[in-house]
Amino acid sequence: MTAMLNSMGYNGWILTLLLALPLIGAVMLAVQGSTAGTADAAAKVSSARKTALLFFLVEAIVSLGLWWSVDYSSAEWQAAVTVPWIPAWGVYFRIGVDGIAVLLILLTTCLMPLTVLGSWTSIKEKPHAFYAMLLLLTTGMLGVFMSLDLVLFYVFWELMLIPMYLIIGIWGGQRRLYASLKFFLFTMLGSLLMLVAILYIGFKTAGADGVPVFAYDTLVQSGNYPGNAALWLFGAFFIAFAVKVPMWPFHTWLPDAHVEAPTAGSVVLASIMLKMGTFGFIRFALPLFPYAATHPMVKSTVIVLAVVGIVYGALVSMVQPDFKKLVAYSSVSHLGVVMLGLFAFTTQSVQGALLVNINHGISTGALFLLIGMIYERRHSRQIADFGGIAKVMPMFAVMLTIVALSSIGVPGTNGFVGEFLVLIGSFRTQPIAAVISATVVIFAAVYLLWALQRIIYNPLARPENAALKDLNMREVGLLVPLIIGIFWIGFYPKPLLDRTHAAATRLVVQMGGVPEANTTVATPGEGR
Amino acid sequence: MQAHPLAETVARLVWFLPLLPLIGFLINGALSLKSAYVAGPADPDGHDGEHANHGEHQDVGGHGGTGHDAHGHDDHAPAVRHKFAAITSIVGPGVMVLSFGLALAIFFAMRGAEMHNPYINTLFSWMPAGSLQLNAALQLDALSMVMVLVITGVGMLIHIFSVGYMQDDPGYPRYFAYLNLFVFFMLLLVLGANYVVTFVGWEGVGLCSYLLIGFWFSEKANADAGKKAFIVNRIGDFGFMVAMFMIFAHVGSLDYVTIAERAGSFAPGGLVVTAICLFLFLGCAGKSAQIPLYTWLPDAMAGPTPVSALIHAATMVTAGVFLVARSSMLFSIAPVASLTVALTGAVTAIFAATIGLKQWDIKKVLAYSTVSQLGYMFVGVGVGAYTAGVFHLITHAFFKALLFLGSGSVIYVMHRAYHATHNHGDDAQDMRNMGGMKQFMPITWTLMWIATLAIAGVPPFSGFFSKDEILAAVFSRAHGSPLADATLLGMPGSTVLYLIWVLALAAALLTAIYMTRMMLYTFHGPNRTGDAAKPHLAEAPWVMTGPLVVLGVLSLAGGWLNLPKVITDLIPVGPTATLEHWLEPVVGAATSRVAGGAAHLSATTEELLIGTAVAIAIAGIAIAWTRLKPAALTTKNAAVPATGIQRVLENKWYVDEAYDATVVKPIYGASKGVLWAGVDVGIIDTMLVNGTAALARFFGWVGSQLQTGRVGTYAWLLVIGAVLVLRAFARAS
Amino acid sequence: MLAESLALSAALFTIGVVGVLTRRNAIIVFMCVELMLNAVNLSFVALSKVYGATGQVFVIFVMTVAAAEAAVGLAIIISIFRHKKSVNLQDINLLRG
Repeated sequence: MTAMLNSMGYNGWILTLLLALPLIGAVMLAVQGSTAGTADAAAKVSSARKTALLFFLVEAIVSLGLWWSVDYSSAEWQAAVTVPWIPAWGVYFRIGVDGIAVLLILLTTCLMPLTVLGSWTSIKEKPHAFYAMLLLLTTGMLGVFMSLDLVLFYVFWELMLIPMYLIIGIWGGQRRLYASLKFFLFTMLGSLLMLVAILYIGFKTAGADGVPVFAYDTLVQSGNYPGNAALWLFGAFFIAFAVKVPMWPFHTWLPDAHVEAPTAGSVVLASIMLKMGTFGFIRFALPLFPYAATHPMVKSTVIVLAVVGIVYGALVSMVQPDFKKLVAYSSVSHLGVVMLGLFAFTTQSVQGALLVNINHGISTGALFLLIGMIYERRHSRQIADFGGIAKVMPMFAVMLTIVALSSIGVPGTNGFVGEFLVLIGSFRTQPIAAVISATVVIFAAVYLLWALQRIIYNPLARPENAALKDLNMREVGLLVPLIIGIFWIGFYPKPLLDRTHAAATRLVVQMGGVPEANTTVATPGEGR
Repeated sequence: MQAHPLAETVARLVWFLPLLPLIGFLINGALSLKSAYVAGPADPDGHDGEHANHGEHQDVGGHGGTGHDAHGHDDHAPAVRHKFAAITSIVGPGVMVLSFGLALAIFFAMRGAEMHNPYINTLFSWMPAGSLQLNAALQLDALSMVMVLVITGVGMLIHIFSVGYMQDDPGYPRYFAYLNLFVFFMLLLVLGANYVVTFVGWEGVGLCSYLLIGFWFSEKANADAGKKAFIVNRIGDFGFMVAMFMIFAHVGSLDYVTIAERAGSFAPGGLVVTAICLFLFLGCAGKSAQIPLYTWLPDAMAGPTPVSALIHAATMVTAGVFLVARSSMLFSIAPVASLTVALTGAVTAIFAATIGLKQWDIKKVLAYSTVSQLGYMFVGVGVGAYTAGVFHLITHAFFKALLFLGSGSVIYVMHRAYHATHNHGDDAQDMRNMGGMKQFMPITWTLMWIATLAIAGVPPFSGFFSKDEILAAVFSRAHGSPLADATLLGMPGSTVLYLIWVLALAAALLTAIYMTRMMLYTFHGPNRTGDAAKPHLAEAPWVMTGPLVVLGVLSLAGGWLNLPKVITDLIPVGPTATLEHWLEPVVGAATSRVAGGAAHLSATTEELLIGTAVAIAIAGIAIAWTRLKPAALTTKNAAVPATGIQRVLENKWYVDEAYDATVVKPIYGASKGVLWAGVDVGIIDTMLVNGTAALARFFGWVGSQLQTGRVGTYAWLLVIGAVLVLRAFARAS
Repeated sequence: MLAESLALSAALFTIGVVGVLTRRNAIIVFMCVELMLNAVNLSFVALSKVYGATGQVFVIFVMTVAAAEAAVGLAIIISIFRHKKSVNLQDINLLRG
């Protein structure tokens, strides 16, 4: 596979193609939308979603090659491309990936077709614009994962903000304007501070010719800022990323945005956009400012916030009457686990955190898709409106149960592997935080099982629920890949762990930790 | 490295043991889902009528069904057997028969082999992350072999029994899917070669227990009970996880073999190893229903009765005992933790027994009895008598499975009679509705008495031997062992051990009383089912009674597995201490470490102890027999309402209510009132977020007052500003 | 020559400023703005004698902007007149806060 891809020069063009394809798709949809003019609504919806699905499928298939083509143990950036953009200001179009980025890119490209399928019948207004926004958003998100130039990174970071703002603001629910504005302002607050910090370090590192430097590698190597400046710069990055993660107490935009966003918006928001925050820490905030990140005060603050988020998110999640909000708060809890893992700086915890990132994308994405399905039928997300629907929707019940168990972190599902690695790794450096965070296994069971009981179990008391139809083939089909992902990572996470090992070790070493090699493993089937 | 003696035998197929039930799960699950699933319309929002005619399919849907057939209340329609019932009846128990056969084959291979180390079968590398190299690996040694035999053997019998008990249930394939899945996880639990694989099984059985307790999920009480079981278990799992973290942080591995090699690096009785063991025990307390986490088990009786027999009596709940035995290398160097385990077990044993005295639901009596007997097992493994604990685990699996299946037969028969006479008001599980069943179900009656005598500890039934061994171990450890020298809660260890011994004896007395009471009210005295139902009472079909007979033989003869020397010296009936020799390579070192310098009991002392235990058991039966008057209870309503302490017992010491008031409600209230409404909505959103917005709006208002809207004003301001700037420049230069 | 040119420029600019500040008619105010721009242009041209051609380039820019501004500004004034039947600045206060 690798040889075949290499013969095609795959690594040379893949990243550029991945960025360009959605853009082309967005333009095509815009053209299609403006020429469709008088066609009836159903035909418009049908043409728009088909075009979008086509582009996303091609994107997903093309991207799969990254799984094999990339050398994960290499210290070099893979599939890298460098093109001058505004060389006079030191700004280059510089992209490349490592193991961490590849997994997130694949998560994005594989999830996007599913979100189109999830919106298949629910988006009826301005379908062309909606799918064009989704495509544009994809370029933004992929760009963030690839950027190796800080200005380029900032451009992509802002690029994904606007389509999401519009998706929530136009296709959202009742309080969509409030939610979209809140989302926009929260994110903007952080990113503007980050822009200032980017400009500062760019000019600070400028060479003799006065041209500022925004190249990631140069900045990481030369980045030596006086203590206080490093703390302030880290703070600026921290706020930008902490809002996105979201860390407690910067999280309140999330429940509103999730509840009001249409299904596809919620899925993208939870599964991919929240990962921008943690990815930002891994790629930028930590390696750029190792002094600040390992400063005891900073470290303990972040750990405390993470632990508060874990417990707080779980407890608040428990009392939510709205299922979408419940899942939104559970995200606060899960992402807290990621942050704990990152700042514990051990191989296990960092690798676990990267895995929780992916897992959360799969499980929470699936949860939002399922909520979307039931919402389309019943036009309600209130848990109290349901009950006993396992009787009329057995397939839905099975799917929801599997996904909920994965989110709870039951062994055998992906949720367990990530959470376990984070906690066992964190315990080595942050024992108290790890023990407090481990209570999440209890609370996660409480809030999800309780919700599960009130939705699919209990008596089928309401007549309007008795007439609900089970999932159709499209819905089952779009959930199946996620279910496979859940069990695959649960039973055999090794391929993912192998792919992140080098990158995780690098991060741990940068943060002053001890590198741990993968010790040799007995060959399968060998007895002892 | 020299090849393991088992490497070339049938033992290398050990991974087939869990695989077989997993295949059964997949088949039955697919059947269940296939019959229940009807694809919905393409557009879920559309109200097209074309799918309306699929309604009839949903009634036979495996998922859901009518919800409560075996305890039916209102379904007058004749039971419609599931269309895949025949396949399920073959696949479900079939995989268990195969699994048991394989287990036997491996067992004989093991007997023939000379093995000193456990046989590790590594399947694949599971979680490689730096120094943590977790493999999906199975470990075959004497301990896991014993457990596998119990699980597949008793499990097979219960699967067969289930065919009779459940086959008219609309959810029949789903039931067997869950049951097969349970066996898969249970085998993983006992076969795991490291703590994490065991933990997978540990959580998996909890999951299956959750699904099976809430099997008839359309009733809120059942769904509640399932959820409660899972959550309380999760509290225990938290402890298990923390224990794993500590082990990894201090030992650097989670493999049993490696830990056993490196356990010597712990300071005996040190803080770390004690903490590890206590956290592990928290996990065990959750899974094995010990104080303070026992409350889920009685509620778990909401599931079908064979489930109660398999999961909540014979196998899953004993996983905690297994785990302590498996971790004997750690517990044996942590005397304080061991004493805690034993004391908790003893207190649980007596506490649950008191509640069992006053229950009227036949399954609830058995549930509390299970809690109590599990306490006994923990006394055994707590005082370092790992063999005795495992021995009691085995005999308990025999006689408690028999008791549950027997009660299942009675319930089945009662329900069948009620169903035939359209009686939906009476509870088929309430002993006040039974009475005199002896005349209708003589075989079940005989077998149930065997089990009752076994659990009461009457020789020569199996329970007598295992209980006696535990009591003897407690007594002998009270002098000269590390346990006796340790201090727990300010009490010297020997005092604690004597206390445990007294508590255990008292629990034995109560056990004899409440079990006899159960037998009296169920099988003796006048029949209270009512004249209409009476003609329908008869023995259950042979597919159900057959497994009972096998279990009856095992309950009767199970004691021969491990005859104490003092008995074989007296009467040479069989080999001495078979099980102890078998388990020697696994727990032998740990046992002798706990025993320390404790002297062996003299034959006289031992005979005296045995005499006391037997006397107490017989006294208990006699008390119940003479004091209780089942003959006086002619109708259900004749039962005298309980008062005073009896009422407290009937209400289970109000522990559920206390937990609800002190834990559940405060957490829920604080989360809703303080965290959500207070912090999230109040402080963060209203004060900080919207506060910032309000502040911005205020400054905007101030600024807007400068906007007169007249161009002239603006022009003047502009010029004035320009002049000021120019002046400032002029001054500066 | 430079001093005279700058003086003329200053005079023109002052006339422009006074016009903007005192007149009520939007058209006249607008013409005064153009006057100010041209005053600046004059000083650019004059100073380019000393500092090089950049000033003259800027004059071109300013003229372009002024032309654009005239087009847009007059269009706005015309549409305001259509709406209000007046070009008196006292009557135009839509932007009042």
